[in-house]
Amino acid sequence: MNWPHKDLIAIQDLTSEEIHTILDMSKSFKEISKRDIKKVPALRGKTVVLLFYEASTRTRLSFELAAKRLSADTMALSASGSSFAKGETIMDAALNIMAMSPDCIVIRYPYAGLPKKLAQELPCSIINAGDGTHEHPSQALLDMYSMQEHFGKLDGLHVAIVGDILHSRVARSNIYGLKKVGAHVTVVAPKTFLPVGVETWGVNIATAFDPVVSEADVIMMLRVQKERIHEQYFSGEREYAYFYGLNKKRVDKMKPDAIIMHPGPMNRGVEITHDAADGSRSIILNQVENGVAVRMTLLYLSLGGNVNVD
Amino acid sequence: MWIKGGRLIDPANNRDEQADILISDGRIEDIRPTGGLTPSGEEIIDAKGLWVLPGLIDMHAHLREPGYEYKEDIASGSQAAAAGGITTVVCMANTEPVNDNPSVTQYILKKASSAGMVRVLPVGAITKGQQGKELAEMGLMKEAGIIAVSDDGRPVESASIMRRALEYASTFSLPVISHCEDKNLAGSGVMNEGALSSQLGLAGIPSLTEEIMVSRDVLLSQYTGVPVHITHISTKGSLEIIRAAKLQGAKVTCDTTPHHLLLTEEGVRTYNANYKMNPPLRNEADRHALIEGVRMNLIDCIATDHAPHARDEKDLDFDLAPFGIIGFQTLLPALMKLHLDFDIDFSQLLACVTKNPAKVLGIEGGKLSPGSRADVTIFDPDAVWTLTEEMIFSKSRNTPFIGWTFTGKVVRTLVEGRTVYSTD
Repeated sequence: MNWPHKDLIAIQDLTSEEIHTILDMSKSFKEISKRDIKKVPALRGKTVVLLFYEASTRTRLSFELAAKRLSADTMALSASGSSFAKGETIMDAALNIMAMSPDCIVIRYPYAGLPKKLAQELPCSIINAGDGTHEHPSQALLDMYSMQEHFGKLDGLHVAIVGDILHSRVARSNIYGLKKVGAHVTVVAPKTFLPVGVETWGVNIATAFDPVVSEADVIMMLRVQKERIHEQYFSGEREYAYFYGLNKKRVDKMKPDAIIMHPGPMNRGVEITHDAADGSRSIILNQVENGVAVRMTLLYLSLGGNVNVD
Repeated sequence: MWIKGGRLIDPANNRDEQADILISDGRIEDIRPTGGLTPSGEEIIDAKGLWVLPGLIDMHAHLREPGYEYKEDIASGSQAAAAGGITTVVCMANTEPVNDNPSVTQYILKKASSAGMVRVLPVGAITKGQQGKELAEMGLMKEAGIIAVSDDGRPVESASIMRRALEYASTFSLPVISHCEDKNLAGSGVMNEGALSSQLGLAGIPSLTEEIMVSRDVLLSQYTGVPVHITHISTKGSLEIIRAAKLQGAKVTCDTTPHHLLLTEEGVRTYNANYKMNPPLRNEADRHALIEGVRMNLIDCIATDHAPHARDEKDLDFDLAPFGIIGFQTLLPALMKLHLDFDIDFSQLLACVTKNPAKVLGIEGGKLSPGSRADVTIFDPDAVWTLTEEMIFSKSRNTPFIGWTFTGKVVRTLVEGRTVYSTD
């Protein structure tokens, strides 16, 4: 069976079957990373360009490692030091890169919409590694993979996503994906961090964290950016941590098998304390590990690999 | 010169009949029922099967000169207007330098005169540099030729200064045109705020950004007794506020744009910045309210807000591209589409671009009467055509209507009896 998508722009574009296919295939790709020789020739001769116009450590390294473990050649380009900094428009930059015939461009970009436009304009595969506040599909897939790995299922899980939903592409992609696979989602945030129209997303909406803490199977904390204080979205770190931070007291109220996730980077002491981030419930580092496997699947499928589920 | 055999539609004179027009010395000399004999030797324009309309008045446009000639200049804008059947263009003050003093006004009028196409009527700034702080030289600008004042896209933030502006402008009998937007509330928004903006990951501009300022300006107008014209209203809520004010007898008038009548925020799904304008495209409920507002005469005028931007500016990300859409050549076809799709009387739509703006601005034109300016637009109501980039006379091509098929096309435009555009 062939994978029907040239690109991966948004979780909104995937069916639940396709999500399950990605998660299932990622199991075998994860196995590769545990081998002594962590490399297979699946994408030998393919070129993957990593175009990162916004700061990123985890996602860029994860994609790069994924491509290398599949034997693809990689080129990385970041905003500083590229011609973007010299004022070249991103479309020009993309067309110039295209002239070098890459097979895939993985793009991270500060504004919504560019990956979709590139996918329409360019013949190569485009994988969205996060565009503005729109979507971050590979993050949502690795999050779902990690939840499934822990619970053995996604259907019926109750996932609480806590924090700046308004500005979070991770929250959006997770909500779209989790809804598709039958999970229940509760968003927890002060009203300033709830997007207009959130009531149409089919999620539970809570402004108080405590009642949700004891109900959820998964508590996913979002990074809260300090500049949002200056933009008057909240009053300060102390009050935020008090009402929306995940601390020892709240961890102790969680369901016995409930887990803690965070897409990183964390603001320790603001949305999450050391006890929560480093404790036994935290699967934050598993998320990072699984990210490589899921991205191997995404590169493999986007670059013409066959759907291969055991 | 005679225009013979056409269907003459003129809301100002309540006329819709077959008639011939005699033009001499740039003025309409006579209008007679079709069929009379024509003295030999007269030039004749055959308008059989065509509609003969008063030349259109576009009361809100940006011609970009001086300062932004790479987007548009007065000559190219005049040509595009002529091709759209627009014989009077009212141009906003946000040039560089701003039209906040009589020298800039004179410069614009001189350029318009040498372009020699359509009548260009400048709007002066309300405040110096459109900074919202000090009143501009409205009286001197009026002597130089402005016909109204507006800070348009940089609306006067201070209610106190807006109050004084209304009082001061009325001293010189200058209409005040207000672009209603609370810039603080709009923040970094780039599209209508709602479920769609949240889904697309684009910052939203709530409807009340506009409605708060409409309320303020309506109240200021009622308090001072000075009329105010609210330009390009885009929301159902604005219309409700204006409806209530009109019922109370307030001297408030308003316009909306063809794009707010024909398009919604759905277009933004493409992330194509040609769908980015200010006020932003709203939702279907707003659009229908505006259409009904036109039908019920609550909306007085329709204006293009013609806002040219260069291609490299509009090729930027949706977040970064400038706001604006061009509109001269699609104005009349858009009205025709509203007529056909929503069964609004064409004459009523035509009034929104002829008689009504002339009245709001207190200017000559917008009618076909013996003695009036021979500004005439001849329109083929049956022509079916598709807009392509090549057809656009503007220097800029920023319109999502490219590729649309319209019914009805301007075939000839006369300004003071002189043909300034013809498809022949």
